Amino acid sequence: MSNSVILDVSNFSYAYGDVQAVKDVSFRVKRGEFFSFLGPNGAGKTTVINTLITLLPMQEGTVTVAGYDLRADHVKVRESIGIVFQQITLDKDMTVRETLDFHGDIYGMGLEDKMQRISELLTLVELEEKADALVSTLSGGMKRRLEIARGLMTRPQILFLDEPTIGLDPQTRQKTWEYLRMVNQEGTTIFMTTHYMDEADILSDSIALIDHGEIIQRGTPDELKSGLGKDIIYLETTDNSAVSTRIQEIPGITGIQPCYGKLLIFSGNDGAQVLPDIIRAADEQGITVTSVSLKKPTMDDVFMHYTGTEIRD
Amino acid sequence: MVSGFIAVFKRDIRRYVRFKDQLFTSMLHPILWLALFGLGMAGNFERILGGGSAPAGMISYDYLTFMCPGMIAATILFANLYGGFSVLFDKNWGILREIMASPMPRRDLITGISLSSVTKSLIQTVIIIVFGMILGVTFFSGESIGGVIISLVGMVLFVAVFSAAVLCVSLYVAFKISSPEGYQGVTTVLSMPVFFASNALYPSAGLPPVLQEIALINPLTHLSNGLRYFSMGDHFSALGLEFIYNSTEILVSFIYLLVFALVTFHFALRAVEQSVIT
Repeated sequence: MSNSVILDVSNFSYAYGDVQAVKDVSFRVKRGEFFSFLGPNGAGKTTVINTLITLLPMQEGTVTVAGYDLRADHVKVRESIGIVFQQITLDKDMTVRETLDFHGDIYGMGLEDKMQRISELLTLVELEEKADALVSTLSGGMKRRLEIARGLMTRPQILFLDEPTIGLDPQTRQKTWEYLRMVNQEGTTIFMTTHYMDEADILSDSIALIDHGEIIQRGTPDELKSGLGKDIIYLETTDNSAVSTRIQEIPGITGIQPCYGKLLIFSGNDGAQVLPDIIRAADEQGITVTSVSLKKPTMDDVFMHYTGTEIRD
Repeated sequence: MVSGFIAVFKRDIRRYVRFKDQLFTSMLHPILWLALFGLGMAGNFERILGGGSAPAGMISYDYLTFMCPGMIAATILFANLYGGFSVLFDKNWGILREIMASPMPRRDLITGISLSSVTKSLIQTVIIIVFGMILGVTFFSGESIGGVIISLVGMVLFVAVFSAAVLCVSLYVAFKISSPEGYQGVTTVLSMPVFFASNALYPSAGLPPVLQEIALINPLTHLSNGLRYFSMGDHFSALGLEFIYNSTEILVSFIYLLVFALVTFHFALRAVEQSVIT
Protein backbone atom coordinates (compact mmCIF):
# COMPACT_ATOMS: atom_id res chain seq x y z
CA MET A 1 0.00 0.00 0.00
CA SER A 2 1.35 3.36 -0.92
CA ASN A 3 1.90 5.67 2.01
CA SER A 4 -0.43 8.30 0.64
CA VAL A 5 -3.45 5.98 0.62
CA ILE A 6 -5.14 5.91 4.02
CA LEU A 7 -8.27 3.98 3.15
CA ASP A 8 -8.22 1.21 0.60
CA VAL A 9 -11.43 -0.63 -0.15
CA SER A 10 -11.44 -3.32 -2.78
CA ASN A 11 -14.26 -5.52 -4.00
CA PHE A 12 -16.31 -4.84 -0.92
CA SER A 13 -19.77 -6.40 -0.83
CA TYR A 14 -22.31 -6.58 1.96
CA ALA A 15 -25.62 -8.44 2.17
CA TYR A 16 -28.37 -8.45 4.78
CA GLY A 17 -29.68 -11.97 4.28
CA ASP A 18 -30.81 -12.08 0.66
CA VAL A 19 -30.67 -8.34 0.20
CA GLN A 20 -27.43 -7.23 -1.41
CA ALA A 21 -26.86 -3.77 0.09
CA VAL A 22 -23.40 -3.10 -1.34
CA LYS A 23 -22.07 -4.67 -4.52
CA ASP A 24 -18.40 -5.00 -5.30
CA VAL A 25 -17.37 -1.50 -4.31
CA SER A 26 -13.76 -0.39 -4.65
CA PHE A 27 -12.22 2.99 -3.90
CA ARG A 28 -9.24 4.65 -2.29
CA VAL A 29 -8.95 7.71 -0.09
CA LYS A 30 -5.71 9.64 0.01
CA ARG A 31 -4.17 10.90 3.21
CA GLY A 32 -5.42 14.41 3.98
CA GLU A 33 -8.30 14.19 1.54
CA PHE A 34 -11.88 15.23 2.19
CA PHE A 35 -13.78 12.34 0.69
CA SER A 36 -17.56 12.18 0.33
CA PHE A 37 -19.81 9.28 -0.28
CA LEU A 38 -22.82 10.86 -1.93
CA GLY A 39 -26.01 8.98 -2.62
CA PRO A 40 -29.76 8.87 -2.02
CA ASN A 41 -31.29 7.25 1.06
CA GLY A 42 -30.92 3.49 0.98
CA ALA A 43 -28.03 3.60 -1.48
CA GLY A 44 -25.72 1.67 0.85
CA LYS A 45 -23.72 4.56 2.31
CA THR A 46 -24.38 3.71 5.95
CA THR A 47 -23.61 0.04 5.40
CA VAL A 48 -20.23 0.94 3.97
CA ILE A 49 -19.37 3.39 6.75
CA ASN A 50 -20.63 1.07 9.51
CA THR A 51 -18.39 -1.68 8.21
CA LEU A 52 -15.40 0.65 7.92
CA ILE A 53 -15.85 1.76 11.53
CA THR A 54 -16.11 -1.91 12.65
CA LEU A 55 -19.73 -1.83 13.80
CA LEU A 56 -20.74 -4.30 11.12
CA PRO A 57 -18.74 -7.47 10.55
CA MET A 58 -16.64 -7.59 7.40
CA GLN A 59 -18.20 -9.76 4.71
CA GLU A 60 -16.65 -9.85 1.23
CA GLY A 61 -13.67 -7.92 0.00
CA THR A 62 -10.54 -6.39 1.47
CA VAL A 63 -10.35 -3.17 3.44
CA THR A 64 -7.26 -1.46 4.80
CA VAL A 65 -7.73 1.47 7.17
CA ALA A 66 -4.65 3.47 8.20
CA GLY A 67 -2.51 0.55 7.13
CA TYR A 68 -4.40 -2.07 9.14
CA ASP A 69 -6.44 -4.88 7.70
CA LEU A 70 -10.03 -4.43 8.83
CA ARG A 71 -10.65 -8.14 9.20
CA ALA A 72 -7.48 -9.08 11.07
CA ASP A 73 -6.65 -5.91 12.99
CA HIS A 74 -9.98 -4.38 13.84
CA VAL A 75 -8.77 -3.22 17.25
CA LYS A 76 -5.91 -1.33 15.58
CA VAL A 77 -8.39 0.15 13.14
CA ARG A 78 -10.57 1.29 16.06
CA GLU A 79 -7.59 2.99 17.64
CA SER A 80 -6.77 4.87 14.43
CA ILE A 81 -10.15 6.35 13.59
CA GLY A 82 -12.64 8.86 14.92
CA ILE A 83 -16.37 8.59 14.38
CA VAL A 84 -19.39 10.86 14.26
CA PHE A 85 -22.47 8.66 14.05
CA GLN A 86 -25.58 9.45 12.06
CA GLN A 87 -27.92 9.59 15.05
CA ILE A 88 -26.95 11.64 18.06
CA THR A 89 -25.00 9.18 20.18
CA LEU A 90 -24.52 11.02 23.45
CA ASP A 91 -25.42 10.37 27.04
CA LYS A 92 -27.70 13.31 27.73
CA ASP A 93 -27.09 12.91 31.45
CA MET A 94 -23.35 13.55 31.22
CA THR A 95 -21.77 16.97 30.97
CA VAL A 96 -19.84 18.09 27.91
CA ARG A 97 -16.53 17.60 29.67
CA GLU A 98 -17.51 14.20 31.05
CA THR A 99 -18.51 13.09 27.56
CA LEU A 100 -15.02 13.80 26.24
CA ASP A 101 -13.38 12.44 29.38
CA PHE A 102 -15.28 9.17 29.10
CA HIS A 103 -14.30 8.86 25.47
CA GLY A 104 -10.64 9.41 26.30
CA ASP A 105 -10.86 6.74 28.97
CA ILE A 106 -12.40 4.04 26.81
CA TYR A 107 -9.73 4.76 24.20
CA GLY A 108 -7.04 4.42 26.85
CA MET A 109 -5.73 7.99 26.73
CA GLY A 110 -3.29 9.18 29.38
CA LEU A 111 -4.64 11.64 31.94
CA GLU A 112 -2.51 14.63 30.97
CA ASP A 113 -2.99 14.12 27.27
CA LYS A 114 -6.71 13.74 27.82
CA MET A 115 -7.04 16.96 29.80
CA GLN A 116 -5.03 18.91 27.26
CA ARG A 117 -7.01 17.51 24.36
CA ILE A 118 -10.33 18.29 26.04
CA SER A 119 -9.43 21.94 26.47
CA GLU A 120 -8.09 22.17 22.90
CA LEU A 121 -11.23 20.67 21.44
CA LEU A 122 -13.64 22.67 23.57
CA THR A 123 -11.95 25.75 22.14
CA LEU A 124 -12.06 24.38 18.61
CA VAL A 125 -15.79 23.72 18.65
CA GLU A 126 -16.52 26.75 20.85
CA LEU A 127 -18.06 24.86 23.72
CA GLU A 128 -15.78 26.09 26.55
CA GLU A 129 -18.65 27.89 28.21
CA LYS A 130 -20.76 24.78 28.06
CA ALA A 131 -18.04 22.50 29.46
CA ASP A 132 -19.96 21.70 32.62
CA ALA A 133 -23.44 21.81 31.17
CA LEU A 134 -25.42 18.60 30.81
CA VAL A 135 -25.68 17.36 27.25
CA SER A 136 -29.49 17.44 27.59
CA THR A 137 -29.32 21.24 27.77
CA LEU A 138 -27.42 21.64 24.48
CA SER A 139 -28.97 22.64 21.17
CA GLY A 140 -28.86 20.28 18.19
CA GLY A 141 -25.92 22.13 16.66
CA MET A 142 -23.96 22.09 19.91
CA LYS A 143 -24.54 18.37 20.26
CA ARG A 144 -23.16 17.84 16.78
CA ARG A 145 -20.13 19.95 17.60
CA LEU A 146 -19.58 17.97 20.78
CA GLU A 147 -19.74 14.79 18.73
CA ILE A 148 -17.20 16.17 16.28
CA ALA A 149 -14.93 17.09 19.19
CA ARG A 150 -15.38 13.61 20.61
CA GLY A 151 -14.52 12.05 17.27
CA LEU A 152 -11.28 14.03 17.31
CA MET A 153 -10.32 13.28 20.92
CA THR A 154 -7.74 10.63 20.09
CA ARG A 155 -6.24 12.60 17.17
CA PRO A 156 -7.49 10.04 14.68
CA GLN A 157 -5.80 9.68 11.32
CA ILE A 158 -9.17 9.57 9.68
CA LEU A 159 -12.51 10.92 10.84
CA PHE A 160 -15.67 9.15 9.70
CA LEU A 161 -18.90 11.13 9.60
CA ASP A 162 -22.26 9.65 8.72
CA GLU A 163 -24.63 12.37 7.49
CA PRO A 164 -23.15 14.96 9.85
CA THR A 165 -25.63 17.78 9.18
CA ILE A 166 -28.84 15.79 9.01
CA GLY A 167 -31.65 17.65 10.73
CA LEU A 168 -29.67 20.84 11.35
CA ASP A 169 -30.88 24.31 10.38
CA PRO A 170 -29.02 26.17 7.58
CA GLN A 171 -26.94 28.35 9.92
CA THR A 172 -25.87 25.40 12.01
CA ARG A 173 -25.00 23.44 8.88
CA GLN A 174 -22.76 26.27 7.69
CA LYS A 175 -21.06 26.37 11.06
CA THR A 176 -20.58 22.60 11.08
CA TRP A 177 -19.02 22.80 7.62
CA GLU A 178 -16.59 25.41 8.87
CA TYR A 179 -15.43 23.09 11.65
CA LEU A 180 -15.09 20.17 9.29
CA ARG A 181 -13.09 22.21 6.81
CA MET A 182 -10.85 23.43 9.61
CA VAL A 183 -10.30 19.89 10.90
CA ASN A 184 -9.45 18.73 7.40
CA GLN A 185 -7.05 21.61 6.86
CA GLU A 186 -5.23 20.64 10.03
CA GLY A 187 -4.45 17.32 8.41
CA THR A 188 -7.20 14.90 9.38
CA THR A 189 -8.50 12.83 6.52
CA ILE A 190 -12.26 12.93 6.35
CA PHE A 191 -14.65 10.30 5.10
CA MET A 192 -18.18 11.61 5.02
CA THR A 193 -21.45 10.18 3.80
CA THR A 194 -24.15 12.58 2.78
CA HIS A 195 -27.22 12.89 0.63
CA TYR A 196 -26.87 16.67 0.50
CA MET A 197 -25.43 17.70 -2.85
CA ASP A 198 -24.38 21.16 -1.72
CA GLU A 199 -22.54 19.69 1.25
CA ALA A 200 -20.57 17.27 -0.88
CA ASP A 201 -19.88 19.96 -3.47
CA ILE A 202 -18.63 22.58 -1.02
CA LEU A 203 -16.53 20.38 1.23
CA SER A 204 -15.12 17.53 -0.79
CA ASP A 205 -11.87 17.04 -2.62
CA SER A 206 -13.27 13.88 -4.04
CA ILE A 207 -16.75 12.39 -4.34
CA ALA A 208 -17.96 8.91 -5.00
CA LEU A 209 -21.55 8.78 -6.14
CA ILE A 210 -23.24 5.63 -4.84
CA ASP A 211 -26.62 4.24 -5.76
CA HIS A 212 -28.20 0.81 -5.35
CA GLY A 213 -25.05 -0.35 -3.58
CA GLU A 214 -22.70 0.51 -6.43
CA ILE A 215 -20.35 3.38 -7.13
CA ILE A 216 -21.68 4.93 -10.31
CA GLN A 217 -19.36 7.90 -10.66
CA ARG A 218 -16.18 9.24 -9.10
CA GLY A 219 -14.29 12.48 -9.33
CA THR A 220 -13.77 15.94 -7.91
CA PRO A 221 -16.89 18.10 -7.68
CA ASP A 222 -15.74 20.04 -10.76
CA GLU A 223 -15.10 16.91 -12.76
CA LEU A 224 -18.52 15.55 -11.92
CA LYS A 225 -20.25 18.78 -12.86
CA SER A 226 -18.32 19.36 -16.06
CA GLY A 227 -18.94 15.73 -16.98
CA LEU A 228 -22.54 16.75 -17.59
CA GLY A 229 -21.52 19.31 -20.17
CA LYS A 230 -21.01 23.05 -20.11
CA ASP A 231 -24.59 24.06 -19.62
CA ILE A 232 -27.93 22.60 -18.76
CA ILE A 233 -31.14 23.63 -20.47
CA TYR A 234 -34.56 23.01 -18.96
CA LEU A 235 -37.15 22.91 -21.69
CA GLU A 236 -40.90 22.58 -21.52
CA THR A 237 -42.96 22.05 -24.66
CA THR A 238 -46.38 20.88 -25.72
CA ASP A 239 -44.88 17.49 -26.73
CA ASN A 240 -41.68 16.69 -24.89
CA SER A 241 -41.15 13.16 -26.20
CA ALA A 242 -41.57 14.10 -29.86
CA VAL A 243 -39.19 17.02 -29.67
CA SER A 244 -36.51 15.13 -27.75
CA THR A 245 -35.56 12.85 -30.67
CA ARG A 246 -34.91 15.91 -32.84
CA ILE A 247 -32.93 17.71 -30.16
CA GLN A 248 -30.63 14.72 -29.69
CA GLU A 249 -29.44 15.21 -33.26
CA ILE A 250 -28.31 18.79 -32.64
CA PRO A 251 -24.49 18.97 -32.53
CA GLY A 252 -23.12 19.62 -29.04
CA ILE A 253 -26.02 18.01 -27.15
CA THR A 254 -24.54 15.34 -24.90
CA GLY A 255 -27.64 14.03 -23.19
CA ILE A 256 -31.33 14.48 -22.66
CA GLN A 257 -33.69 13.12 -20.04
CA PRO A 258 -37.21 13.83 -18.81
CA CYS A 259 -37.45 15.53 -15.44
CA TYR A 260 -40.73 16.47 -13.74
CA GLY A 261 -42.60 17.29 -16.97
CA LYS A 262 -39.62 19.08 -18.42
CA LEU A 263 -36.69 18.04 -20.53
CA LEU A 264 -33.25 18.23 -19.02
CA ILE A 265 -30.80 18.86 -21.86
CA PHE A 266 -27.05 18.63 -21.34
CA SER A 267 -25.01 20.76 -23.68
CA GLY A 268 -21.32 20.28 -24.36
CA ASN A 269 -21.12 23.68 -26.05
CA ASP A 270 -22.12 27.09 -24.84
CA GLY A 271 -25.80 26.72 -24.01
CA ALA A 272 -26.74 30.17 -25.30
CA GLN A 273 -25.55 29.19 -28.78
CA VAL A 274 -27.41 25.87 -28.79
CA LEU A 275 -30.67 27.36 -27.59
CA PRO A 276 -31.79 28.81 -30.96
CA ASP A 277 -31.24 25.42 -32.62
CA ILE A 278 -33.41 23.75 -30.00
CA ILE A 279 -36.24 26.22 -30.42
CA ARG A 280 -35.99 25.91 -34.22
CA ALA A 281 -36.19 22.12 -33.94
CA ALA A 282 -39.38 22.42 -31.93
CA ASP A 283 -40.83 24.96 -34.40
CA GLU A 284 -40.16 22.72 -37.37
CA GLN A 285 -42.23 19.98 -35.77
CA GLY A 286 -45.01 22.39 -34.92
CA ILE A 287 -44.36 22.04 -31.20
CA THR A 288 -44.65 25.10 -29.00
CA VAL A 289 -41.97 25.83 -26.44
CA THR A 290 -43.78 26.89 -23.24
CA SER A 291 -40.75 27.58 -21.04
CA VAL A 292 -37.00 27.45 -21.25
CA SER A 293 -34.15 28.13 -18.85
CA LEU A 294 -30.41 27.81 -18.94
CA LYS A 295 -27.94 27.23 -16.14
CA LYS A 296 -24.56 25.83 -15.17
CA PRO A 297 -24.60 22.23 -13.92
CA THR A 298 -24.74 21.86 -10.12
CA MET A 299 -24.24 18.82 -7.94
CA ASP A 300 -28.04 18.52 -7.87
CA ASP A 301 -27.96 17.94 -11.60
CA VAL A 302 -25.15 15.44 -11.25
CA PHE A 303 -27.12 13.65 -8.58
CA MET A 304 -30.35 13.66 -10.56
CA HIS A 305 -28.60 12.68 -13.75
CA TYR A 306 -26.99 9.60 -12.28
CA THR A 307 -29.55 8.48 -9.71
CA GLY A 308 -32.75 9.34 -11.57
CA THR A 309 -35.82 11.04 -10.22
CA GLU A 310 -37.63 8.34 -8.30
CA ILE A 311 -38.21 8.95 -4.61
CA ARG A 312 -36.31 6.72 -2.18
CA ASP A 313 -37.01 5.83 1.38
CA MET B 1 -4.36 5.88 31.91
CA VAL B 2 -7.73 4.77 33.18
CA SER B 3 -8.82 1.28 32.28
CA GLY B 4 -12.03 1.02 30.33
CA PHE B 5 -13.91 -0.70 33.12
CA ILE B 6 -13.10 2.12 35.52
CA ALA B 7 -14.51 4.59 33.00
CA VAL B 8 -17.71 2.57 32.68
CA PHE B 9 -17.89 2.22 36.46
CA LYS B 10 -17.33 5.94 36.97
CA ARG B 11 -20.03 6.87 34.51
CA ASP B 12 -22.58 4.55 36.07
CA ILE B 13 -21.90 5.71 39.62
CA ARG B 14 -21.98 9.32 38.47
CA ARG B 15 -25.46 8.83 37.10
CA TYR B 16 -26.50 7.08 40.30
CA VAL B 17 -25.34 9.94 42.49
CA ARG B 18 -26.35 12.72 40.10
CA PHE B 19 -29.94 11.69 39.72
CA LYS B 20 -31.36 11.87 43.15
CA ASP B 21 -34.49 10.03 42.13
CA GLN B 22 -32.55 6.86 41.37
CA LEU B 23 -30.45 7.25 44.49
CA PHE B 24 -33.46 7.97 46.66
CA THR B 25 -35.74 5.22 45.38
CA SER B 26 -32.97 2.62 45.49
CA MET B 27 -32.59 3.44 49.17
CA LEU B 28 -36.28 3.79 49.91
CA HIS B 29 -37.21 0.54 48.23
CA PRO B 30 -35.62 -1.83 50.79
CA ILE B 31 -36.83 0.35 53.66
CA LEU B 32 -40.40 0.04 52.40
CA TRP B 33 -40.05 -3.71 52.02
CA LEU B 34 -38.93 -4.04 55.60
CA ALA B 35 -41.36 -1.52 57.04
CA LEU B 36 -44.45 -2.71 55.16
CA PHE B 37 -44.00 -6.36 54.25
CA GLY B 38 -41.56 -7.19 57.03
CA LEU B 39 -43.55 -5.77 59.89
CA GLY B 40 -46.82 -7.03 58.44
CA MET B 41 -45.58 -10.57 58.02
CA ALA B 42 -43.74 -10.55 61.32
CA GLY B 43 -46.92 -9.64 63.17
CA ASN B 44 -48.80 -12.51 61.53
CA PHE B 45 -46.09 -15.08 62.07
CA GLU B 46 -45.74 -14.14 65.70
CA ARG B 47 -49.50 -14.44 66.17
CA ILE B 48 -49.71 -17.86 64.51
CA LEU B 49 -46.64 -19.34 66.10
CA GLY B 50 -46.95 -17.52 69.39
CA GLY B 51 -43.27 -16.87 69.39
CA GLY B 52 -42.41 -20.49 70.21
CA SER B 53 -39.89 -21.36 72.85
CA ALA B 54 -36.31 -22.04 71.90
CA PRO B 55 -34.54 -25.17 73.07
CA ALA B 56 -32.15 -24.42 75.88
CA GLY B 57 -28.84 -22.81 74.96
CA MET B 58 -29.96 -21.74 71.52
CA ILE B 59 -30.52 -18.21 70.32
CA SER B 60 -34.08 -17.61 69.27
CA TYR B 61 -34.92 -15.00 66.65
CA ASP B 62 -38.24 -13.39 65.81
CA TYR B 63 -39.58 -13.45 62.28
CA LEU B 64 -38.43 -9.92 61.46
CA THR B 65 -34.83 -10.86 62.19
CA PHE B 66 -35.19 -14.15 60.29
CA MET B 67 -36.63 -12.33 57.30
CA CYS B 68 -34.13 -9.48 57.23
CA PRO B 69 -31.30 -11.40 55.47
CA GLY B 70 -33.93 -12.63 53.02
CA MET B 71 -34.97 -9.04 52.48
CA ILE B 72 -31.39 -8.12 51.65
CA ALA B 73 -31.24 -11.03 49.23
CA ALA B 74 -34.52 -10.11 47.56
CA THR B 75 -33.64 -6.42 47.26
CA ILE B 76 -30.38 -7.28 45.58
CA LEU B 77 -32.08 -9.77 43.31
CA PHE B 78 -34.58 -7.23 42.05
CA ALA B 79 -32.21 -4.29 41.84
CA ASN B 80 -29.74 -6.24 39.71
CA LEU B 81 -32.32 -8.08 37.66
CA TYR B 82 -33.54 -4.68 36.47
CA GLY B 83 -29.99 -3.32 36.38
CA GLY B 84 -29.52 -4.09 32.70
CA PHE B 85 -32.25 -1.63 31.82
CA SER B 86 -29.88 1.31 31.48
CA VAL B 87 -27.81 -0.74 29.05
CA LEU B 88 -30.92 -1.39 27.02
CA PHE B 89 -31.36 2.37 26.79
CA ASP B 90 -27.70 2.88 25.92
CA LYS B 91 -28.11 0.27 23.25
CA ASN B 92 -31.22 1.70 21.67
CA TRP B 93 -30.72 5.41 22.18
CA GLY B 94 -27.40 6.02 23.80
CA ILE B 95 -23.69 5.65 23.81
CA LEU B 96 -23.35 1.91 23.42
CA ARG B 97 -22.54 2.52 19.75
CA GLU B 98 -19.61 4.68 20.84
CA ILE B 99 -18.44 1.98 23.25
CA MET B 100 -18.80 -0.82 20.70
CA ALA B 101 -16.75 1.09 18.11
CA SER B 102 -14.00 1.79 20.64
CA PRO B 103 -10.94 -0.39 21.14
CA MET B 104 -12.02 -1.11 24.73
CA PRO B 105 -12.33 -4.86 25.35
CA ARG B 106 -15.96 -5.95 25.67
CA ARG B 107 -15.33 -7.55 29.05
CA ASP B 108 -14.53 -4.09 30.46
CA LEU B 109 -18.09 -3.05 29.72
CA ILE B 110 -19.44 -5.93 31.80
CA THR B 111 -16.93 -5.68 34.64
CA GLY B 112 -17.45 -1.90 34.84
CA ILE B 113 -21.24 -2.14 35.09
CA SER B 114 -20.98 -5.11 37.46
CA LEU B 115 -18.66 -3.16 39.72
CA SER B 116 -21.06 -0.25 39.95
CA SER B 117 -23.95 -2.63 40.57
CA VAL B 118 -22.04 -4.32 43.36
CA THR B 119 -21.40 -0.90 44.89
CA LYS B 120 -25.08 0.00 44.75
CA SER B 121 -26.03 -3.39 46.21
CA LEU B 122 -23.66 -2.93 49.12
CA ILE B 123 -25.15 0.48 49.84
CA GLN B 124 -28.60 -1.09 49.90
CA THR B 125 -27.38 -3.86 52.17
CA VAL B 126 -26.07 -1.36 54.68
CA ILE B 127 -29.35 0.53 54.60
CA ILE B 128 -31.37 -2.61 55.27
CA ILE B 129 -29.12 -3.67 58.14
CA VAL B 130 -29.22 -0.26 59.76
CA PHE B 131 -32.93 0.29 59.23
CA GLY B 132 -33.70 -3.29 60.25
CA MET B 133 -31.85 -2.86 63.52
CA ILE B 134 -33.80 0.33 64.17
CA LEU B 135 -37.01 -1.67 63.68
CA GLY B 136 -35.85 -4.34 66.11
CA VAL B 137 -33.79 -6.81 64.09
CA THR B 138 -31.30 -8.46 66.41
CA PHE B 139 -28.32 -9.19 64.14
CA PHE B 140 -24.89 -10.22 65.39
CA SER B 141 -26.20 -10.97 68.89
CA GLY B 142 -23.51 -11.98 71.30
CA GLU B 143 -20.70 -11.24 68.86
CA SER B 144 -17.61 -9.22 69.67
CA ILE B 145 -16.58 -6.26 67.51
CA GLY B 146 -14.08 -8.48 65.72
CA GLY B 147 -16.80 -11.06 65.11
CA VAL B 148 -19.12 -8.43 63.70
CA ILE B 149 -16.42 -7.23 61.32
CA ILE B 150 -15.74 -10.75 60.08
CA SER B 151 -19.49 -11.27 59.65
CA LEU B 152 -19.79 -8.06 57.66
CA VAL B 153 -16.93 -9.07 55.40
CA GLY B 154 -18.66 -12.39 54.80
CA MET B 155 -21.92 -10.65 53.94
CA VAL B 156 -20.12 -8.25 51.60
CA LEU B 157 -18.55 -11.16 49.72
CA PHE B 158 -21.86 -12.97 49.33
CA VAL B 159 -23.71 -9.83 48.25
CA ALA B 160 -20.96 -8.83 45.81
CA VAL B 161 -20.77 -12.17 44.01
CA PHE B 162 -24.53 -12.60 43.87
CA SER B 163 -25.25 -9.10 42.60
CA ALA B 164 -22.60 -9.38 39.89
CA ALA B 165 -24.05 -12.72 38.81
CA VAL B 166 -27.62 -11.45 38.60
CA LEU B 167 -26.51 -8.30 36.82
CA CYS B 168 -24.88 -10.45 34.16
CA VAL B 169 -28.20 -12.25 33.70
CA SER B 170 -29.92 -8.94 33.15
CA LEU B 171 -27.17 -7.77 30.77
CA TYR B 172 -27.63 -10.96 28.81
CA VAL B 173 -31.36 -10.27 28.51
CA ALA B 174 -30.72 -6.62 27.63
CA PHE B 175 -28.40 -7.60 24.78
CA LYS B 176 -30.64 -10.34 23.44
CA ILE B 177 -33.89 -8.39 23.57
CA SER B 178 -34.43 -5.05 21.91
CA SER B 179 -37.69 -3.70 23.34
CA PRO B 180 -38.07 -2.34 26.88
CA GLU B 181 -41.39 -4.19 27.14
CA GLY B 182 -39.74 -7.49 26.28
CA TYR B 183 -36.95 -6.87 28.74
CA GLN B 184 -39.42 -6.04 31.50
CA GLY B 185 -41.45 -9.15 30.74
CA VAL B 186 -38.52 -11.55 30.75
CA THR B 187 -36.96 -10.20 33.94
CA THR B 188 -40.30 -10.16 35.76
CA VAL B 189 -41.00 -13.77 34.80
CA LEU B 190 -37.47 -14.75 35.85
CA SER B 191 -37.81 -13.05 39.19
CA MET B 192 -40.90 -14.99 40.30
CA PRO B 193 -39.49 -18.53 40.75
CA VAL B 194 -36.15 -17.20 41.98
CA PHE B 195 -37.84 -15.10 44.60
CA PHE B 196 -40.52 -17.50 45.83
CA ALA B 197 -38.86 -20.90 45.35
CA SER B 198 -36.21 -19.97 47.87
CA ASN B 199 -35.82 -19.60 51.59
CA ALA B 200 -35.58 -15.82 51.48
CA LEU B 201 -38.94 -15.11 53.11
CA TYR B 202 -39.71 -18.45 54.76
CA PRO B 203 -37.88 -21.70 55.47
CA SER B 204 -37.87 -23.86 52.37
CA ALA B 205 -38.80 -26.87 54.53
CA GLY B 206 -42.43 -25.83 54.26
CA LEU B 207 -42.45 -25.73 50.45
CA PRO B 208 -43.93 -28.48 48.22
CA PRO B 209 -41.25 -31.08 47.31
CA VAL B 210 -40.73 -29.80 43.76
CA LEU B 211 -40.21 -26.25 44.96
CA GLN B 212 -37.89 -27.56 47.66
CA GLU B 213 -35.73 -29.09 44.95
CA ILE B 214 -35.72 -25.82 43.05
CA ALA B 215 -34.89 -23.92 46.24
CA LEU B 216 -31.91 -26.17 46.75
CA ILE B 217 -30.29 -25.09 43.48
CA ASN B 218 -31.64 -21.55 43.63
CA PRO B 219 -28.77 -19.06 44.05
CA LEU B 220 -31.04 -16.85 46.16
CA THR B 221 -31.25 -19.67 48.74
CA HIS B 222 -27.49 -19.86 48.91
CA LEU B 223 -27.23 -16.12 49.32
CA SER B 224 -29.86 -16.16 52.09
CA ASN B 225 -28.03 -19.02 53.83
CA GLY B 226 -24.75 -17.14 53.70
CA LEU B 227 -26.30 -13.94 54.98
CA ARG B 228 -28.12 -15.74 57.82
CA TYR B 229 -24.98 -17.59 58.80
CA PHE B 230 -23.03 -14.37 59.10
CA SER B 231 -25.74 -12.24 60.69
CA MET B 232 -27.49 -14.78 62.94
CA GLY B 233 -24.89 -17.41 63.67
CA ASP B 234 -24.49 -21.10 62.87
CA HIS B 235 -27.09 -22.43 65.28
CA PHE B 236 -30.36 -20.74 66.11
CA SER B 237 -34.08 -21.20 66.17
CA ALA B 238 -36.70 -19.16 64.41
CA LEU B 239 -40.34 -19.80 63.51
CA GLY B 240 -40.20 -22.81 65.80
CA LEU B 241 -37.56 -24.47 63.61
CA GLU B 242 -33.97 -25.19 64.36
CA PHE B 243 -31.32 -23.91 61.95
CA ILE B 244 -27.83 -25.34 61.90
CA TYR B 245 -25.22 -24.21 59.42
CA ASN B 246 -21.66 -25.41 59.31
CA SER B 247 -18.83 -23.50 57.73
CA THR B 248 -18.30 -26.12 54.99
CA GLU B 249 -21.90 -25.71 53.84
CA ILE B 250 -21.45 -21.96 53.72
CA LEU B 251 -18.21 -22.30 51.79
CA VAL B 252 -19.96 -24.58 49.30
CA SER B 253 -22.76 -22.00 48.95
CA PHE B 254 -20.17 -19.32 48.26
CA ILE B 255 -18.37 -21.42 45.67
CA TYR B 256 -21.74 -22.22 44.12
CA LEU B 257 -22.49 -18.51 43.77
CA LEU B 258 -19.01 -17.89 42.40
CA VAL B 259 -19.50 -20.52 39.71
CA PHE B 260 -22.94 -19.09 38.98
CA ALA B 261 -21.36 -15.66 38.54
CA LEU B 262 -18.65 -16.98 36.22
CA VAL B 263 -21.22 -18.75 34.07
CA THR B 264 -23.48 -15.72 33.78
CA PHE B 265 -20.45 -13.50 33.08
CA HIS B 266 -19.49 -15.82 30.26
CA PHE B 267 -22.97 -15.68 28.75
CA ALA B 268 -23.21 -11.91 29.12
CA LEU B 269 -19.82 -11.49 27.46
CA ARG B 270 -20.85 -13.72 24.57
CA ALA B 271 -24.07 -11.79 24.15
CA VAL B 272 -22.14 -8.50 24.00
CA GLU B 273 -19.58 -9.87 21.58
CA GLN B 274 -22.22 -11.25 19.28
CA SER B 275 -24.45 -8.24 19.25
CA VAL B 276 -24.29 -5.87 16.31
CA ILE B 277 -25.26 -2.31 17.13
CA THR B 278 -25.54 0.16 14.28
